[in-house]
Amino acid sequence: MRKALVIAIPYLWLLALFLVPFLIVLKISLSDSVLAIPPYAPKLDLSEGWGGLMRFVSELDFENFAFLASDNLYWKAYLSSLRIAVIATFLTLLVGYPIAYAMARAPEEWRPTLLMLVILPFWTSFLIRVYSWMGILSSEGYLNQLLLKLGLISEPLTILNTNIAVFIGIVYTYLPFMILPIYAALEKLDGSLLEAAEDLGCSRTSAFWLVTLPLSRSGIIAGCFLVFIPSIGEFVIPSLLGGSDTLMIGKVLWEEFFSNRDWPVASAVAVILLLILIIPIILFQRNEQRQREADS
Amino acid sequence: MKKTFLAIAPAISLIAGAAAADEVRVYNWSDYIDEELLTKFEEETGLELIYDVFDSNEVLETKMLAGGSGYDIVVPTGTFLQRQISAGAFQKLDMSQLPNAENLWDVISTRTAGYDPDNAYSINYMWGTTGIGVNVGKVQELLGPDAPIDSLSLVFDPANMEKLAECGVHFLDAPAEMIPAALTYIGEDPDSHDPDVIAKAEDVFMAVRPYIQKFNSSEYINALANGDICVAIGWSGDVLQARDRAAEADNGVEIAYNAPTEGGQMWFDQMAIPVDAPNPEGAHVFLNFIMDAENMAAASNYVYYANGNLASQEYLAEDVIGDPAIYPSPEALENLYITTPFEPRVQRTVTRLWTKIKSGT
Repeated sequence: MRKALVIAIPYLWLLALFLVPFLIVLKISLSDSVLAIPPYAPKLDLSEGWGGLMRFVSELDFENFAFLASDNLYWKAYLSSLRIAVIATFLTLLVGYPIAYAMARAPEEWRPTLLMLVILPFWTSFLIRVYSWMGILSSEGYLNQLLLKLGLISEPLTILNTNIAVFIGIVYTYLPFMILPIYAALEKLDGSLLEAAEDLGCSRTSAFWLVTLPLSRSGIIAGCFLVFIPSIGEFVIPSLLGGSDTLMIGKVLWEEFFSNRDWPVASAVAVILLLILIIPIILFQRNEQRQREADS
Repeated sequence: MKKTFLAIAPAISLIAGAAAADEVRVYNWSDYIDEELLTKFEEETGLELIYDVFDSNEVLETKMLAGGSGYDIVVPTGTFLQRQISAGAFQKLDMSQLPNAENLWDVISTRTAGYDPDNAYSINYMWGTTGIGVNVGKVQELLGPDAPIDSLSLVFDPANMEKLAECGVHFLDAPAEMIPAALTYIGEDPDSHDPDVIAKAEDVFMAVRPYIQKFNSSEYINALANGDICVAIGWSGDVLQARDRAAEADNGVEIAYNAPTEGGQMWFDQMAIPVDAPNPEGAHVFLNFIMDAENMAAASNYVYYANGNLASQEYLAEDVIGDPAIYPSPEALENLYITTPFEPRVQRTVTRLWTKIKSGT
């Protein structure tokens, strides 16, 4: 009985915070856009009982999904978002891993302070921090002024409103999500393993590649997921830092929802985005579990 | 239609629950009122005013269509208002509670009746035009003293744009304004709802696309004033604010605004009461307050937009009523056109075309 309860809680959580909202979005994606409050039809009226439900279901269709397939804008936007998210996640890992590593190797009494420093930027609004990057990266911005003064460049660089600015924005914003899980994995690492590796003739570098890196794998995977998933649907960073030609699915979704007022198509875009994200994750989890079972 | 920017502006969300009867919640465009008026309203009426701002019609419309916004007054632009009225988003005004409505200007209310028949649901707050803002010195330096600064050919003729690209050109990121402008330039009906006609705008934009630095609806104010760009298609009052900022900074930048001689778009921001407003009575008190001649004049003097209030004109500052960029002459008024909202299918064509123009996809 108690065991059932313990299992039930995470499932209830999943049901309330994921499955129910998803079903609502799915329902809207199968409906049609109309000019009304709310702007889609049919609406489910439970007071009509079973007959009402049947009629409601009979009016739903997959027209909006067929529409998404008919215009190349959508898959181009999905692909472009995937590409941007993959590159940005990789860059975040490159920057985040050495920081996490240094933190984990720092003297124990420093660590709480270092951890605090990583979390500290969160105390300022995300929006303000992205806006500040506009000030730093613009052609008259601080970065260009500094480089011009140092004589490194003779003409201001165009960084703002390009994909480079989007990468900078994503790496900056999501860095803590990469650092924290890797740090957690590295901190647990048993130092005697490294000593053993060195005793057995490993150089420091190869000990890192053969021992430290594999043992921090779980942290790397968790960090990559935490960065990749939000960045693929990112809207604020590409719209503030990106250019008119930065194509990302978050912007397309915004336009469907706000400019076209087409909630059903916007919902269909969101459903597909979710499927793109969730299917690889499920496959990955399955694979992990199988491996764990094989190991034990 | 002041600033279409991003939906992410922190539109302060309202705490759910019943609003007290002595509160009026107003949702207006950002930087669109003299804030002293807000204090004055509270002092005169004893009502508590909660004033939130937005910066795009799309954001407002989404709130209206979702329902339960919690606001008593909202300020959509004409085309958006018309669509929201047909969606059933607003309640009819009770004219018996609005004695100051006699101050309204028939020149404007006959035009707004195109969006809101008999002006049954809304009153005009501000109106303006969409036109061309230029940095006079820089444009003349590049195109010579006869540069067509009041013509659409300045921004749609590739020969001009090629030279102007050097000093920076911004276009509004607002297809409902930019496509009519392009159609006007090639002699088509700016208010066309025919997808084949609208498609012709694509070539106009593509010919000048390489020379456009950015599509954005708010950055041009500062960029013009600082001298970072030399041409922007923008809204009248915004360009005039840029002109004043440049004058204050005394940086040698001289900004001029012109509605295009080929015909410019005229738009109206209308105040209306949502159908589910918690305090419709308080909303009427606010509307009546804002229609007071002196109050309306104070608002216009502050934001440099014309209003639809005839009685307010005697209280307007000379640099507002006397400026043809704000209050066009009767002949110039004849040259302005209005547009009507697109049907959903056409709207999709327009949005798609705009994405293609901006991103090349």
